[in-house]
Amino acid sequence: MTNLTLFVVVFLTGVALVAAALAIAQLTAPRSFNPQKGEPYECGIPTRGESWMQFRVGYYLFAILFLMFDVETVFLFPWAVLVRDLGASALISVSFFFAVLVLGLAYAWKKGALEWK
Amino acid sequence: MFDFSEITTWIDQFLRTYLEPWGAVLVEGILVGLALLVTYAIIALVLIYAERKICAFFQCRLGPNRVGPLGLLQPVADMIKILLKELIVIKKSDRFLYELAPFLVIVSSMLAFGCMPFGRGLLAIDFNVGVFFIMAVSSIGVLGILLAGWSSNNKFTLIGAMRSGAQMISYELSIGVTMLTVVVFAGSMQISEIINQQYNGWFIFTGHIPMIIAFIIYLIAGTAETNRGPFDLPEAESELTAGYHTEYSGIHFGFYYLAEYLNMFIVSGIASLLFLGGWMPLHIPGWEAFNEIMNYIPSVIWFIIKTAVIMFIIIWFKWTFPRLRIDQLIKLEWKYLLPIGLLNLLVMTLMVILGWHF
Repeated sequence: MTNLTLFVVVFLTGVALVAAALAIAQLTAPRSFNPQKGEPYECGIPTRGESWMQFRVGYYLFAILFLMFDVETVFLFPWAVLVRDLGASALISVSFFFAVLVLGLAYAWKKGALEWK
Repeated sequence: MFDFSEITTWIDQFLRTYLEPWGAVLVEGILVGLALLVTYAIIALVLIYAERKICAFFQCRLGPNRVGPLGLLQPVADMIKILLKELIVIKKSDRFLYELAPFLVIVSSMLAFGCMPFGRGLLAIDFNVGVFFIMAVSSIGVLGILLAGWSSNNKFTLIGAMRSGAQMISYELSIGVTMLTVVVFAGSMQISEIINQQYNGWFIFTGHIPMIIAFIIYLIAGTAETNRGPFDLPEAESELTAGYHTEYSGIHFGFYYLAEYLNMFIVSGIASLLFLGGWMPLHIPGWEAFNEIMNYIPSVIWFIIKTAVIMFIIIWFKWTFPRLRIDQLIKLEWKYLLPIGLLNLLVMTLMVILGWHF
């Protein structure tokens, strides 16, 4: 079997596991109805206000920083495979890439984006 | 060493003599799926028991000891109980995303699980971009957690999911950088190739100090990735009830429980694959007799032992360190682990180019 077939097989196995367990639970689990059960759990007192609302912008900042570094990792993987063949030129060319990247991190650090306020 | 691909090739040829090509592929697919499901379930059961027993011993308790001898049937009883519980869905929740989230979490852990090298030739998915593939699929799990928190329409779950998202994406960078360090050293991303390269000594021994630093960073980041131990603030029970899965009940909750333990196994498995040689026995160049004796121990046992040791360390972390605050968590990753990891990567590149390694 090719790897792609195996990937599909493993994917379907995961889906089948969840679907089968849910089906068993739906068939065997008891059911009872009570208006109180539909309420979200918040320490036993009724919920006040909306839950789908604005939340800290701090999380957004880290998501952006993550994006920057994650794309960098994606670019570096093909480079990493070839380091042995490329020799010294690999290090020189990637150090420019790193310099830009570290500059970005230093900027975020300086601006205080890495502090949790 | 016994090569498990002999068995799989034999099954393949056996099926092909009796069936059409597509039929053989279908039967093999079902066999692979069943084998994965069974190992997945067994590992989860063993881990639940092991974690409860170990944490009991850390706290001078006995742990589960009523169901079966030494409480060995406790996880089975737990599993049956959790399967028979009622599924409660909150009225105002986003029903579609609520149902979708467990699928994402389980499928991502299952795909990463398929890449685990259990033994020589015993590896389901062996892409030539294997390590990168593991990183890609395990990051889908974050989506499941974020969706779970968002769709439950509960403030605790939302805060838990956001914390978990920030934590997992931050520490994923360190995991990526340490993986890069290993890929630079190995010169390949394919899992079987990385393991074969460790024939003359595991990477942690041949890779000098940068590899040891990478191993330590990987261990810390991997613990954070599983939302465990000192990094369990997404589900800090004293402040957020249960974090992102507060509103999940019955088997819905069971999926998150399952995925958490399996993620711990996967993180340990990757650590043993990248740094401790996967299923490769301990070989010391020159010591021929010693190497031969080590080869008698089956490859599966080597992998299980290495993974178990790392899992024990991760459980040990949980009962040793107090929980971090979120600002400490962010600081640890962005100001310490990531810069050290990047510098470490450059040092490793320099070493590989100059040939300063065994």
